[in-house]
Amino acid sequence: MNVPTPQPRVGDPAITPELVHEHGLSSSEYEKIKEILHREPSFTELGVFSAMWSEHCGYKNSKRMLKLLPTKAPWVIQGPGENAGVIDIGDDLALVFKIESHNHPSAVEPYQGAATGVGGILRDIFTMGARPIAVLDSLRFGDLNSGRVRYLFSGVVKGVGDYGNCVGIPNIGGEVFFDKGYEGNPIVNAMCLGLMKKDSLIKGEAEGVGNLLVAVGTATGRDGIHGATFASEELTEDSQASRPQVQVGDPFTEKLLLEASLELIHSGYITGIQDMGAAGITSSASEMGGRSGNGVEINIDSVPVREPNMTPYEILLSESQERMLVVVKTGHMKDVKNILTKWELEADEIGRVTDDGLFRVTEGNQTVAAIPCLALTEDCPTYEREGEESVQIRDLRSRDLSDLDTKPSNCEEIFLDLLGSPNISSKRWIYRQYDTTVRTNTILKPGADAGVVRLRENNKAIAATTDCNGRYVYLNPRTGAKAAVAEAARNLVSVGALPMAVTNNLNFGNPLKPEIYYQFREAVLGMSEACKLFETPVTGGNVSFYNETSSTPIYPTPVIGMVGIIEDTANLTSPLFHKPGDSIILLGNNTDELGGSEYLYVSEGLVAGEPPEVDLLAERQLQHCVLAMISEGILQSAHDLSEGGLACALAESALGNKSNQHGVDIILQDRLDPIPLFFGEAQGRILISCDQSSSSRVLQVAKNHGVPCHEIGEVVSPSDGFNISGRSGSLEIEIEKMSDIFFNSLPLLMGKANKS
Amino acid sequence: MKVAIITFPGSNCDYDLYKCVQFIGGSPEFKWHQDSSLGNVDIVMLPGGFSYGDYLRAGAIASMSPIMEAVQIFANGGGPVLGICNGFQMLCEANLLPGALLRNESLLFSSKEVILRVENNSSIFTKSYEHHKTLRMPIAHAEGNYYADQEALDRLEKEGRVMFRYANQNGETTIESNPNGSANNIAGIINAHGNVMGMMPHPERAVESVLGSVDGLELFKSLLAHIVDPRPV
Repeated sequence: MNVPTPQPRVGDPAITPELVHEHGLSSSEYEKIKEILHREPSFTELGVFSAMWSEHCGYKNSKRMLKLLPTKAPWVIQGPGENAGVIDIGDDLALVFKIESHNHPSAVEPYQGAATGVGGILRDIFTMGARPIAVLDSLRFGDLNSGRVRYLFSGVVKGVGDYGNCVGIPNIGGEVFFDKGYEGNPIVNAMCLGLMKKDSLIKGEAEGVGNLLVAVGTATGRDGIHGATFASEELTEDSQASRPQVQVGDPFTEKLLLEASLELIHSGYITGIQDMGAAGITSSASEMGGRSGNGVEINIDSVPVREPNMTPYEILLSESQERMLVVVKTGHMKDVKNILTKWELEADEIGRVTDDGLFRVTEGNQTVAAIPCLALTEDCPTYEREGEESVQIRDLRSRDLSDLDTKPSNCEEIFLDLLGSPNISSKRWIYRQYDTTVRTNTILKPGADAGVVRLRENNKAIAATTDCNGRYVYLNPRTGAKAAVAEAARNLVSVGALPMAVTNNLNFGNPLKPEIYYQFREAVLGMSEACKLFETPVTGGNVSFYNETSSTPIYPTPVIGMVGIIEDTANLTSPLFHKPGDSIILLGNNTDELGGSEYLYVSEGLVAGEPPEVDLLAERQLQHCVLAMISEGILQSAHDLSEGGLACALAESALGNKSNQHGVDIILQDRLDPIPLFFGEAQGRILISCDQSSSSRVLQVAKNHGVPCHEIGEVVSPSDGFNISGRSGSLEIEIEKMSDIFFNSLPLLMGKANKS
Repeated sequence: MKVAIITFPGSNCDYDLYKCVQFIGGSPEFKWHQDSSLGNVDIVMLPGGFSYGDYLRAGAIASMSPIMEAVQIFANGGGPVLGICNGFQMLCEANLLPGALLRNESLLFSSKEVILRVENNSSIFTKSYEHHKTLRMPIAHAEGNYYADQEALDRLEKEGRVMFRYANQNGETTIESNPNGSANNIAGIINAHGNVMGMMPHPERAVESVLGSVDGLELFKSLLAHIVDPRPV
């Protein structure tokens, strides 16, 4: 391709090796750029390459591994590579969903960082033509005893809440996890689900040579310049100085953009639409050009700006929020403007679709950048790095846990400590700041195994969950990643939903370090194996590397966002016990595994040992078994076992609904010591309850599916208390005492007295 | 029952209200904030949301939009007007109802199910409810802390214009059951004429058992009954 040479621009710095390095490009990458252009890039072009070839946009250190993930199934309409994944859910409807990280911005400016994270993921959904129907958030923080961590946590929760609340999208679930491993680098992942008619699907493509490129929404400012590059570096002491790089959100404009975009898409006046997300105009324009095989030309003087004297470099790389790039069919600019004016939005023609395949930027009559679109979107060098497990982590994993006292005299004290741990206690303090019921479709709210929204179009419902235990992944990345997928699937089947597909958010440290790349590779392999077996293809997601503070990486945290379908809303199942007298049954087996458990962290201050083993085939049978029981209508409740093990799962099912709490009488026959029996986190277990008259049928269905099944006790009145007895130890506690700890721990940690 | 549902930029419960009115057998129609006429409708509803992004104050800018002049005229002529959440805030800002909605005492957005006690079942909005019945429905707001000066509060109480109060399961209006610090646990009030009501909780989110409560249904049924048979209550 003949690539024109841009004219030098007055005021642009000379390109030196230092400048190239500051742009996050290696010298070999710079050589490749010169090869593509057959010349030196201009300063503006260097900035464009830097953003598009950053990890955030170019996936340079992850792409090769990501290819190992299963992405196809008959129900997948759109896999990775678009703004979001799309699956067919029958009745001419499609579900659009994706998860996205905003870790780096949230580490320095938690409120805006989290808010704009929600804003970005909403735009990814509605630019596909779908109306957002739910959001979830997956969060990780350090120890809440640190003031800085409380500041980050409360700011992030407020940011997630304020943005979604204002736009009017219910938050239906998610998860939060606290561990010193996330001290300086919180994780903020937001997932969004959208619904549309299958034929409304629109893609981010610049179709039709001569069509107009139109910028819609807010004007471009200097905020967030190089956010994509910033997100591709480690956090350091100096990161606070990057606060001006954090974008600022305006959910009111977002709401107008949402309505206007859906109206535009349905009008037929446009051929493509894309959020100006990471790397702003640069990525949206070059990606739309690249996908269609066309070129794009942008006249920089036509881009509406907020500040005077912005250079092409700044305009192209700004990440000002609530902006969209729309491709308008020739002759329909006026119609488009009419729709946008109704929603009080600005629309400016900033360029056009060309046939030369170039991402070309002009200023006045001068060309300031001219790069083949595909060079930006497809030619980013990809690497398979060296991977080697850290010796220190291997030692932690091999640590001998046999000297632990697993028959202590103070089991009750340990249990209450666990119940009050912010990883197990009620998360009400968080989700009471989120509007969970707007749109009047939420039929299972946060606090359950998965969030569920019903579809008005038929009698089905959509369930969604996010899961990952970073400690497991830290100790054994392959097992941990399998566990994340397995837990997500258990959460979905527990509410009565058939798992359909996955979006993933791979949060890791610096991939250039062999021990981090090892974690990444192993985790992707584990995830791939589980997703293949469960037939839950990965339809997209996000990679967030460089999650390190002062060179200390976070726990590797590959968050699984999984969606499922409930065929009949009558099958909706809650984790809460229903009535005294109901039988309590455990599916799956208890084991003596304690590695990576919440018990070890809370009681021994340890993150060590081999995380619980994951038997994917057994998980698969368990999923089918629970779904079969639910569709027979014989269950009163179903609840996945995870952090805190059997005792904590029983507590959650007993205490969950504050106005209708229950006690339990449980007798366990396992030949296990009390600590692993009560608090071990063996995988592949689901706690169910049923009317006594159904228990023999439940046992039969389990047997038919080859799933271990034990009737372990019954639901009793709350005044009878919470009683679990094992062969060598027991727990007997008053419900009121447990309830107080379960519901008030988090508010107390956050310094607010809990009302009602 | 023809119901005008006013959509402001930033309204996000307009569609919920539309579905709710349809669900109870009424005929909803959206009116745009720039419209100057309501047309021929029986009832006006102002939905929840964040009109104009809650900039300035919640409901403040919406109260000055073109359609609100038509709503004022409709209300002054005795037409029933219901404002929910942001709609209640607008009615106060537009002086169709006394008082104001301040930031929640906790300073946090509050989203949860609350219990309301029906204080007055002789209005066109509440006549299908039993007196002092307790109702469950969601709240979702950051500014729901009802405030009025003592004189205005005394007048509201004396004239029986408090429609709903936050209460506990036993119907007692305790401090603990007040989710936002509202004066006298007030969740909803009516104007002196009895045709304009505002409330912070969301009755439109409590009309189907699948949503967890049907306690909002009677409110809409009261209105429907009033339109069919508009005898004074």
